[in-house]
Amino acid sequence: MSRSTRTAGALAACSIAATIALTGCGGDGTGATGGAATSAGAAAPVKVGLITKTETNPFFVKMKEGAEAAAKAEGAELMTAAGKFDGDNASQITAIENMVAAGVKGILITASDSKAIVPAIQKARAAGVMVIALDSPVEPQNATDALFATDNLKAGQLIGEYAKSLMAGEPAKIATLDLAPGIAVGRLRHDGFLKGFGIAEGDPSIVCSQDTGGDQAKGQTAMENCLQKAPDVNLVYTINEPAALGAYTALKAKGREKNVVIVSVDGGCTGTKAVQSGQIAATSQQYPLKMADQGVKAVVAFGKGGAKASGYTDTGVTLISDKPAAGVESKDTAFGLQNCWG
Amino acid sequence: MTTTTTPPGPSLAAGPSRLRRALGTPTLGPLAALLLACVFFSLNSDRFLSGGNFSLVIQQVMVVGTLAIGQTLIILTAGIDLSNGAIMAFGGIVMAKLAADGVVPPLVAIAIGLLVCAAFGAVNGLLVTAIPLPPFIVTLGMLNVVFALTHVYSADQTVVNLPAPLTALGDTFAIGGTTVTYGSLLTILLFLLFAYLLSQTAWGRHVYALGNSPEVARLTGIRTGRLTLGVYTVAGLVYGIAALLLVSRTGVGDPQAGQTDNLDSITAVVLGGTSLFGGRGLVIGTLLGALIVGVFRNGLQLMGVPSIYQTLITGVLVILAVTVDQLSRRRNR
Repeated sequence: MSRSTRTAGALAACSIAATIALTGCGGDGTGATGGAATSAGAAAPVKVGLITKTETNPFFVKMKEGAEAAAKAEGAELMTAAGKFDGDNASQITAIENMVAAGVKGILITASDSKAIVPAIQKARAAGVMVIALDSPVEPQNATDALFATDNLKAGQLIGEYAKSLMAGEPAKIATLDLAPGIAVGRLRHDGFLKGFGIAEGDPSIVCSQDTGGDQAKGQTAMENCLQKAPDVNLVYTINEPAALGAYTALKAKGREKNVVIVSVDGGCTGTKAVQSGQIAATSQQYPLKMADQGVKAVVAFGKGGAKASGYTDTGVTLISDKPAAGVESKDTAFGLQNCWG
Repeated sequence: MTTTTTPPGPSLAAGPSRLRRALGTPTLGPLAALLLACVFFSLNSDRFLSGGNFSLVIQQVMVVGTLAIGQTLIILTAGIDLSNGAIMAFGGIVMAKLAADGVVPPLVAIAIGLLVCAAFGAVNGLLVTAIPLPPFIVTLGMLNVVFALTHVYSADQTVVNLPAPLTALGDTFAIGGTTVTYGSLLTILLFLLFAYLLSQTAWGRHVYALGNSPEVARLTGIRTGRLTLGVYTVAGLVYGIAALLLVSRTGVGDPQAGQTDNLDSITAVVLGGTSLFGGRGLVIGTLLGALIVGVFRNGLQLMGVPSIYQTLITGVLVILAVTVDQLSRRRNR
């Protein structure tokens, strides 16, 4: 018994040594930004929190890069956290609490659940922290101090107008590969597309609508099913580029990829390259780096005694295509690749 | 000293030998790890060492900690439960939806939620004992069934505007200037209750005996099937309490909740020194395990370390904890 206790004790001691060594490593990793920040400003640097949906999605990776660069330039200290999966509300709440405890001046958040996060945001704001929603609004939108995001309705509208012009009066058979029920981003892009194309929900030209969760494999399955239902589809709206590429794979398997127009939203680098190669006809490019950059600057301004940011700031959207359509303004993929994310 | 003949676990014998045994239990490692982590974070952040921050960490671990109480019971019988987070999410949605829609009074909604969770636990227990099937497979299946039911029942909609009784456990009271939620208090009381039940009652001793050797337990007259069924049902009821804690903490009914809580609860149990082979471990160790995860998450965030390192460190700690268990087992043989 005593021998085993000693072994356990020794191992426990080892584990703690290892843990502290590891923690040290982690500390050094962020020391790069933290250290630069301290040397830039003589006063204690303003602390800024960034909470994303996940750590791994290229969109959020780019957002974090933008925030890191802005924090460095502004002499601020950036803290980051993320959920373990898309929809992980509990981890985002915990991150908000810990950041408030750490003394941040402001928190930038892409909420995993636009409603469920609101009570935690209210508590943070009650503690004097400015909260800015990035990328997508929370519900109600005024639960955060400000929103820095793409105008998703406009993003959808641009590709709708583009598709309308490209079809040039040819009767359209439309498949819409959507996000998921009840998520604002997906609804706005979908509605924007219909608005731009000049049709209403339920129009007979919409022959198939499927949810993809913005996932490539699910996008492919959805397109396969749509082709089964309506083999004469000639226009595909997709919620994002992974879904678009999934749709392309399904169309190619049926030998239909040449005479079907795919339009999408996002402007990620992989997606923009797919526009360049002609797999996707056009995409509405959005700018996560700009959201984070402006967010960090707003928190620093507030931290230095300025006013809180408020209202909605449109971070811009650009239609990217190498096949310009008459009457619709767009930029080519050279521009798109220069400004893409991920 | 009769330590070689009695099964491992807390002894009913009084006096100094019990203290000795307590020190010899696998809880010593986690306790040392927790204290050292606290010292380390106190030295590295001036915001770590405060009553308010400690209260915050308890709030943050109470849901997974409570789930881990049920998980501890099941693991002590040499079982495992992969469905606990999903059962909790369903229980939470049932409570929130029934109460928010005004179908029944809030307290009745809570009671129904608790019963639903206990019922799912009982179904797990029945499948494990009556057919019998391996707990891993039963609860893996149940995980998917309950996850799907949650999404169907909630139509993927977060339930908001909950009546006060559902969020009452999120309310606070002050101890010497530090605000503590009633939920934190309830969690601590639950741990103490189960520590008592496991160490001081015949039922608790039977759970350990069953985990050590079902065959020997059966031969000594323990009705192992009934005992197992009871353990899974009680665990289900505890998941229901976790559901209420979750709803009170977040203020909403969230159909996406708890997706990684099954593994997080196993992490807390293992970090707390309980053996996955059953029959060995203490529920207080599980509390320490949950606190270790919470302290690292909080401390690293206060130091400005990205959350991904917390995941890395938790992984390393789990492997070390299991290594300690294995090595001390080998010595005991």
